Amino acid sequence: MSSILVYALHYDGAFNKNSLGAVSEGARLAGDLGGECHAVVVGDKAGLSDELCASLGRFGATKVFRVEGPEGLAQPVVDAMATIISDQGHSYALFGGGLLGFEIGAGLTARLDAGVCMEVTSVRVEDGKLVSERPILGDSSISDVHYRADVGVIISRLNAFEAKESGDAAAAVEDVQVEFAPHSLKAKMVTRGEQRGADVNIEDADILVAGGRGLGKAEGFEALEDLAGALGGAVAATRAVVDAGWYSYSAQIGQTGKTVAPKLYLAAGISGAIQHKVGMQGSENIVAINKDSNAPIFEFSDLGVVGDLNKIVPKLTEAVKARKGG
Amino acid sequence: MAVAPIEFPPPVDPAAEFISPPTDPEDERIEVGVAIVGGGQAGMACAIRLLQLLEDDPALAESLGEVPVAVIEKGRVAGAHQLSGAVMNPAAIRSLLPDDDSWPHYGEVGKETVYFMLNGRRAVPLKPTPPPFRNHGNYVVSVAELNRWLGERAEEAGAYVLSETVGAKLLVEDGAVLGVRTGDKGRDKEGGQKSNFEPGSDVVAKATVLAEGCWGHLTGAAIAGLGLAGTDPQVWALGVKEVWEVERPLDRVIHTLGWPLRPQAKYKEFGGSWIYPMNREGEKPRVSLGFVAGLDYADARFSVHDVLQEFKLHPLVRKILADGKRVAWGAKAIPEGGYWAMPRLHAPGMVICGDAGGMVNVPKLKGIHYAIRSGMLAAETIYRQLKAGSRDFSAYETAVHDSEIGKDLYESRNMKQPFAKGLIVGGAITNAMVITKGRIPGGHWAMHRDADQPLLVTKRDERYPKPDGKYTFDKLSGVFLTGNATRDDAPSHIRIQQRVPRELAEAWAWMCPAGVYEVPEDAPQNGRHVDLIVNPSNCVQCGAITAKGGRLTPPEGGDGPVYQIT
Amino acid sequence: MKICVLVKEVPDAAVEKRINPSTGRLDRSGEKNLNPFDTHAIEAAMQLKEGGAVQVDEVVAVTMGPESAVRALHKAVSLGADRSLHLTDAALAGSDVNGTGYALAKALESEAPDLVLLGQQSDDGECYTIGAVVADHLRMPSLTQVIKIDVEDGALRCERQAEYGYDTVLVELPAVISVGDAINEPRYPSLKAIMGAKKKPLETRGVGDVGIEPGRVGYDNARAHCAEFKAPAAKEPGKIIEDEDTNDTVAQIVSWLDERKLLA
Repeated sequence: MSSILVYALHYDGAFNKNSLGAVSEGARLAGDLGGECHAVVVGDKAGLSDELCASLGRFGATKVFRVEGPEGLAQPVVDAMATIISDQGHSYALFGGGLLGFEIGAGLTARLDAGVCMEVTSVRVEDGKLVSERPILGDSSISDVHYRADVGVIISRLNAFEAKESGDAAAAVEDVQVEFAPHSLKAKMVTRGEQRGADVNIEDADILVAGGRGLGKAEGFEALEDLAGALGGAVAATRAVVDAGWYSYSAQIGQTGKTVAPKLYLAAGISGAIQHKVGMQGSENIVAINKDSNAPIFEFSDLGVVGDLNKIVPKLTEAVKARKGG
Repeated sequence: MAVAPIEFPPPVDPAAEFISPPTDPEDERIEVGVAIVGGGQAGMACAIRLLQLLEDDPALAESLGEVPVAVIEKGRVAGAHQLSGAVMNPAAIRSLLPDDDSWPHYGEVGKETVYFMLNGRRAVPLKPTPPPFRNHGNYVVSVAELNRWLGERAEEAGAYVLSETVGAKLLVEDGAVLGVRTGDKGRDKEGGQKSNFEPGSDVVAKATVLAEGCWGHLTGAAIAGLGLAGTDPQVWALGVKEVWEVERPLDRVIHTLGWPLRPQAKYKEFGGSWIYPMNREGEKPRVSLGFVAGLDYADARFSVHDVLQEFKLHPLVRKILADGKRVAWGAKAIPEGGYWAMPRLHAPGMVICGDAGGMVNVPKLKGIHYAIRSGMLAAETIYRQLKAGSRDFSAYETAVHDSEIGKDLYESRNMKQPFAKGLIVGGAITNAMVITKGRIPGGHWAMHRDADQPLLVTKRDERYPKPDGKYTFDKLSGVFLTGNATRDDAPSHIRIQQRVPRELAEAWAWMCPAGVYEVPEDAPQNGRHVDLIVNPSNCVQCGAITAKGGRLTPPEGGDGPVYQIT
Repeated sequence: MKICVLVKEVPDAAVEKRINPSTGRLDRSGEKNLNPFDTHAIEAAMQLKEGGAVQVDEVVAVTMGPESAVRALHKAVSLGADRSLHLTDAALAGSDVNGTGYALAKALESEAPDLVLLGQQSDDGECYTIGAVVADHLRMPSLTQVIKIDVEDGALRCERQAEYGYDTVLVELPAVISVGDAINEPRYPSLKAIMGAKKKPLETRGVGDVGIEPGRVGYDNARAHCAEFKAPAAKEPGKIIEDEDTNDTVAQIVSWLDERKLLA
C-alpha cells in the first residue's frame, strides 16, 4: 500500500492550476495503489490558512502537511518533503512540473537516493507500482520509466495533469516542524514573480497565434494580434516573415527559432514546411487557416480551414470575443 | 529574346575581394608549416602524406614549427560537407596507407549493369557493359564516412584539424601566396558585428594547399587573380542524392542513361543516375541513389532534385526501394570540364588539389582516387621543395600530368562536349573516343560556360511528381534531413543579382536543390523583372549557383549540412 | 574565487536522432557536440572573470563521460577555461540522473569550488536541473533558470525566469547556479584558443580517485530505468472546413475551440 506526497505551490492566496492538477493525479493514482494522497505546502503561515489548505481535499488529498518556511525557493521544500517522507513512508513524490517542481524534485532525488523521471506526460499503475511515461527525441517516441528505489520521484511537464474535483471533503491539515539545512537558508528571495509584460515569452504561452507568408504583408500581423488578444494568447511567426522583417526574431518558431507546445496553436498563412513543423508539432491542438488546400500543414492540423485568412481572422476575433464576453 | 544567366553577373570580384596581403600585426598572425584549405579526401591525403614524410625528417619537421600541418575545414567536422555516389578505385588510398586496410566501405563491386531507360516504364540493359562503367576491383563507399576515417588518421598522425573554420581570403604579397585568412564569426544580417563578434585570423604558412572541392572559393579567386585559368572555363554538373534503408539488399551496381532526360540537342540534358548497394554486415541494407545532370541544361524549369523524384517512379527503381525508408538526402556539384578546364595547378607558395583542380574523370565518374593521389603528390613536392628552401611547386603540376590523373583526363578530354549534339549523336562520338582512347576524333572541343547557355522555358515542371512525403519528397524536408543549422541572422553568403528577368529567377529556383531561391507569388508573369527571394539559411553549399550565374561564398564556419552517410 | 563549469557532450541536435533498432537504446553513434546550454555557462564564468567585480583565480571545466567527452573539454577550454577535469570510468556508464549528480558532486568536492555553473538542461532532453541534484550532495544553495548574475558583497544577486514571472534572489557562496540560454550570447573561440586548447592541463580521474561508491552509479544501480520505447498514440485525422460562408465557418471554429475548453 503506497502513498503519494504531492507538492502544491501557492501564490497570492491560491494554488495554481498546475498544482491542482498534480494533486488530482496523485489522488487518482493513490486510489489505484490502495494508498493515500497527501499534499505539502511551504510558506508564511499567514498566507496558508486552514481553509486554503483544506481545500485541497476537494481534489483528493486526504491530508495536507503545512510547513512554515521561505516561499518561492526549492531547497527548504526539499528539507520539508524529505522529513515528511522519512517519517511517514510515502513511496512516491509527485510534482506538476514548473520551475520549482523541477528544482525540488531534483534535490529530493539526491536527498532520498530516489529514482526520478522528468517531463512525465502520463503515469500508470502496473503490478502495484507506478510507471511513468515520458516523450523523448523531440516527442517522436515515448519511453516507460520504472523506479527501482524506495522512493520514486515524478516530475511532469507543466500542466500535464488536469485539475479534477472529486468531492467536497476537506483535507486534514497537519503542521510540521522542519529543521532546515544550513544551505537551504543561504538563498534569500528579494523580489518574487515580477511581471515583465512587454516581452512575452512565447515558449510559456498556452495559446499561440502564428503568422506566415500567407499574411501577404507585415500589417497582416495586426489582425493576428487582435485575435491573440481575444484568445488570451501570444503572437508567433515563421522564419520567412521574420527574415522579411514583418515580425521580431523573438517570436520565431521553427528549427532555428523556438520550440513550443501550447494548448492551442493557430497557424494563419503558414504552409507547414518541416522546418516550421518541428518547432510546433508538439502543440496539443493545431488549427490552420490557409487558402491552399494542398498546404502540408493540413496533413497534421487538428482543424484545417481552407479559405482567405483576411476574411476569416477578423470575423473569428469578433466571434471569440462574443463567446467569451457573453 | 532568350536570357542567359551570364547577362546578370553576380556583384562580386573574387580577385579583388578574396585576395589580399596579411593585415594582422605580425605577432598576432598564426604560423603553421603547411596550411591545407579543405579537409576532404585531397586535403587529408596531403596532410597524412606530409606527416609520413616529416616523421622521418625531424629537422624539417622542427623548422615547420609547433603546427607543421594544419587543415582548415569549413564544415562542422571533416566529412560534414562530403557527398558523392560513390564507387572508388582503391589504389590511391592503399598507396597512402599500405598498412591499414580498415577504411570503411560497402564491399567490392560485383555485378554491374548499365540501363538505358527508354521511358518511364521500360529500361534496356546495355550489353556488354560500356567500358567507362566497368568497376571490377572498385569499392562502394560513402565519402562522408570515409572522410571522417581519414580525418582521424590525419589527427593521429599529428595534423591540426581546424573544423568550423573557413578559408576566407588568400594571403598574397608580391605575387607569392603566404597563407589564408580565416573567416569572421558573429556578424549580423547587415554585416555588422554582433556582441560576440570574433574576427578571423591571418594564418601564414610556408606552403598553402587549396583542396576546397568542387566550387573552390579561394581557388576561384586564385584562378582569376593569379592568372591560373585553364584552356576552357570550368563547367559543372549537379548531383542530388538519397540514401534509403531497404528490405532486400541490392545485388549490383547500377547506372542509367536516358529517361527522364530529354535526348534532343536543344535541351542539352547530359547526365544519368546511379544506384549503388550499401550492404554491410550487422547493418540494415541500404541503397545510395542519385541523379546527375550537367548545369548547362537549357530549360529554366529543369530541377535535378525533382528529376530524381520522377526517376524513382520507374518500376526498376520502385522494385529496389519498395517498402524502404529514406534516411539521407544531399546535393553537390561536380566539375565536368576535365582536361581542358583544369587550371594551372600551382603558384609561388601554393598548389591546387583534387576537385578544386578539376580532377574528375567524367565518363568513368571517378575523382576520389585522383583527389587522394593529387594530395599525395602535392605533399611530396612540397616536402622536397621546402627541404631545398624553395616555394616553387611547379614540379607538382608536372607530377600530376605525368601520373594516371593526367593520362586519364587527357584521354577523356573531349568526352562531354559531343553530347551538346544530343544523346544519340553524342553517344556515338563519345563511344568512338573511348574505344580509341581519345584519339578519334582528337583535337580540342571547346566548352562554354554553363551560364552562357540561353534559357528556354517549357512545361517540364508538370512532369514532376507531387511529393507524397513517403516515397517522393519536397526540397525542404531534404534540407532538414541534412541537419543543416545555418544561422539565419547571419549575412547572406550568396552573391547574386536580385532584380532579374522572370525566367532567370525561375531557373535559379528550379535549379537549387535546397529551395534557396524563390520567385515571389505576386511577381509579374511575363518577362518583366522580378525581385528574387533568397533564403540563404537553406543552403547546403552544393555550388550549383556558382556555375549558373551567381556565386557561392562560404558562410560562417560550422554552417551547412552535416552529412553522415552520403 | 574558483569557478567550476560542468559541461556535457550531447548528440548534435540538428542531426536526426533515432532509437537503434537492435539495442532499443538511443543511437549515440552520430556526432557529438558541447551541449549548447553549457556554452552559456562558460560564457557566464568568463564574464565574471573579465568583469572585475570579483577576483576569479581559475575557471575549471568538468565533465563526466566516456573518452570522447574530452572534446567537450577542449571546446570549453578554447572558450576560456583554464584547465579541465575528465571524470571517466567504466563503472559510471549508464548512470541515471541520481547517479550522475552524485558522481559529479564527488568530483567537484575534490576541486572545492566557490561557484559551480552549468547549463539549465542538456540538448538531448535527458535531464533538467541536474544542478539541483549536485547542489544537494554538495550542501550548497542552488538556483536554476538564472538569466542574470551580479556580484554583490561577495554574494550573488541572481535573476531567474520562472513560468510565473521573474524572481530576484540573493545567494551566498559557495553555490550551484544553472543558467538559462537567455543569460548571454556565448563568444566564438579564437583560432589561437582552439589551437592552444589541447595544451591546457587536462586531468583524468576515475571512480576511486574521488571517492565514488560504485554501488551508487552505473546502469545496474540506476534508481530509475528507461525501457519500452514506443510511438506516441496516433493522432486522429484532422477535420477540414472549406470556407464558403465565412460567418458559418467562424461559428464552427468557435464551437470546435469551445469543445476543447480553449475559450476559458
